[in-house]
Amino acid sequence: MDDIAILGVGMHPWGKWGRNFVEYGTAAAREALAEADVDWRDVGFVSGAITVRCGYPGYVAGSTFARALGFNGAQVASSYAACASGVTALQAARGQILSGSTDVALVVGADTTPKGFLKPNEGDRPDDMDWLRFHLVGATNPVYFGLNARRRMDLYGATSEDFAMVKAKNSRHAVHNERTRFNKEYGVDDVLASPVVSDPLRLLDICATSDGGAALVVSSMEYAKSKGITDPVRIAGLSTITPTFPDTVIDLPYLATDSAGATPEPLRGFKQSIADRVYEESGLGPDDVDLAEVYDLSSALELDWYEQLGFCPVGSAEQLVRDGVTTIGGRLPVNPSGGLGAFGEAVPAQALAQVCELTWQLRGQAGPRQVEGAKVGISANQGLFGHGSSVLVRR
Amino acid sequence: MFTEQDGVAYLIGSKVPDRESYFFPAHLAGGDPAAVGAELEEVLLSPKGTVWSYTTSSYQPPPPFVAATDPYEPITIAAVKLEREQMVVLGQCVAGVTPDDLTIGSEVELVIDTLYEDDENEYTVWKWRPVTEGEG
Repeated sequence: MDDIAILGVGMHPWGKWGRNFVEYGTAAAREALAEADVDWRDVGFVSGAITVRCGYPGYVAGSTFARALGFNGAQVASSYAACASGVTALQAARGQILSGSTDVALVVGADTTPKGFLKPNEGDRPDDMDWLRFHLVGATNPVYFGLNARRRMDLYGATSEDFAMVKAKNSRHAVHNERTRFNKEYGVDDVLASPVVSDPLRLLDICATSDGGAALVVSSMEYAKSKGITDPVRIAGLSTITPTFPDTVIDLPYLATDSAGATPEPLRGFKQSIADRVYEESGLGPDDVDLAEVYDLSSALELDWYEQLGFCPVGSAEQLVRDGVTTIGGRLPVNPSGGLGAFGEAVPAQALAQVCELTWQLRGQAGPRQVEGAKVGISANQGLFGHGSSVLVRR
Repeated sequence: MFTEQDGVAYLIGSKVPDRESYFFPAHLAGGDPAAVGAELEEVLLSPKGTVWSYTTSSYQPPPPFVAATDPYEPITIAAVKLEREQMVVLGQCVAGVTPDDLTIGSEVELVIDTLYEDDENEYTVWKWRPVTEGEG
């Protein structure tokens, strides 16, 4: 797979601003275009990530941002893939660029999120798995995170202190990131003193939901060269794959897993296979990675990603956080941005925000949270209904 | 989605004919890629299983959840592995069960229990109940 170039990135700060999501996405897009020094009228493809919370699917996302910037005759598409929407929109842009249909594309996602648990749309909808899991089981998103965390404790000896160390580490990173919603440093004791939400996970183990917007300007390598950029941050691997049957790990929003009665479980689980794909596309492997931005919907899920991305054998992720390996200054910093624990999730923007952070890090522009000498970064993300994504960037 | 026969509660699932590929719930079944186009048949799932994992909803979930009690009492939720089906099924545990009552690998059985009640009706749902010594 050929690389594409990241020419510009932009983010509206995360928060609970309560304003129209279009404002956040447009601000992020303007920043990305300015940074890329690309004339908006030269952008040939606009790829929008959809929010489902703000009315007629994100006002049909790509077009609403295109109009806000001033319709320029670009081709447009919109993607929804739950929490993986942003990278799904990026996948569409890469396809357009590598097919030769356009030279430069804008990818943008933004959300305005109500307070409290993410919940399904209104109405009586027994044919919607997302509705059923709330109605019949009371299975909120943290319930799935709690099931996962309990497994880690039982199988691998993880403790509540291990989970709290993840949150404490990420909060230390976030102190240096003015774009996150939460910049307060938390200690392990703070996490352990917060109330249980879904046993064994506590309030500070679980990410909040936020408003935010993120955007990327991406192009062909030739276009970058034509603008005199010879060494851009490049996307070398990009994955938006579905699980392979049978997926035997319960995940949201399902009431049951697949059955492994007829077909044995695949050797590589769903989340491992998301990462396998970007390693395969890029020709790189876990040993090449200098830093990662992973989806810490819960602190325990961050530990899972260490293993799923191949940073350590299954069952040994706790040791990495205990040894400080994944702290800035360690061998392989994870979530130098502060992660979801500091941002709170803005669904269609979050997977793009991960790529923004990796880009700043690879350019050496991350200020006090800079990972020294970062050349290769990877993101990992999951979304409900069998979605997930990963992006591998290199310089 | 569930039924009771001779005093035993069952989840109603579906399966691929002549293949041990099961789905739940039947009306939202997925597919087995090795049997695309197969007409699924309805099947009663195993009424007992072992705890794969467990957790709580310590705060009241948002609608469409309807709390059975006012004020809300935290519920315990189990993910249960069914041996024959080689699948894991979620469900609330019966009232009174807390995480301290469960361990991964312990045996549970299905019961039909109250989801919530209003002035006119009692709405029911499947729940998991620990199998205690002597009952098993």
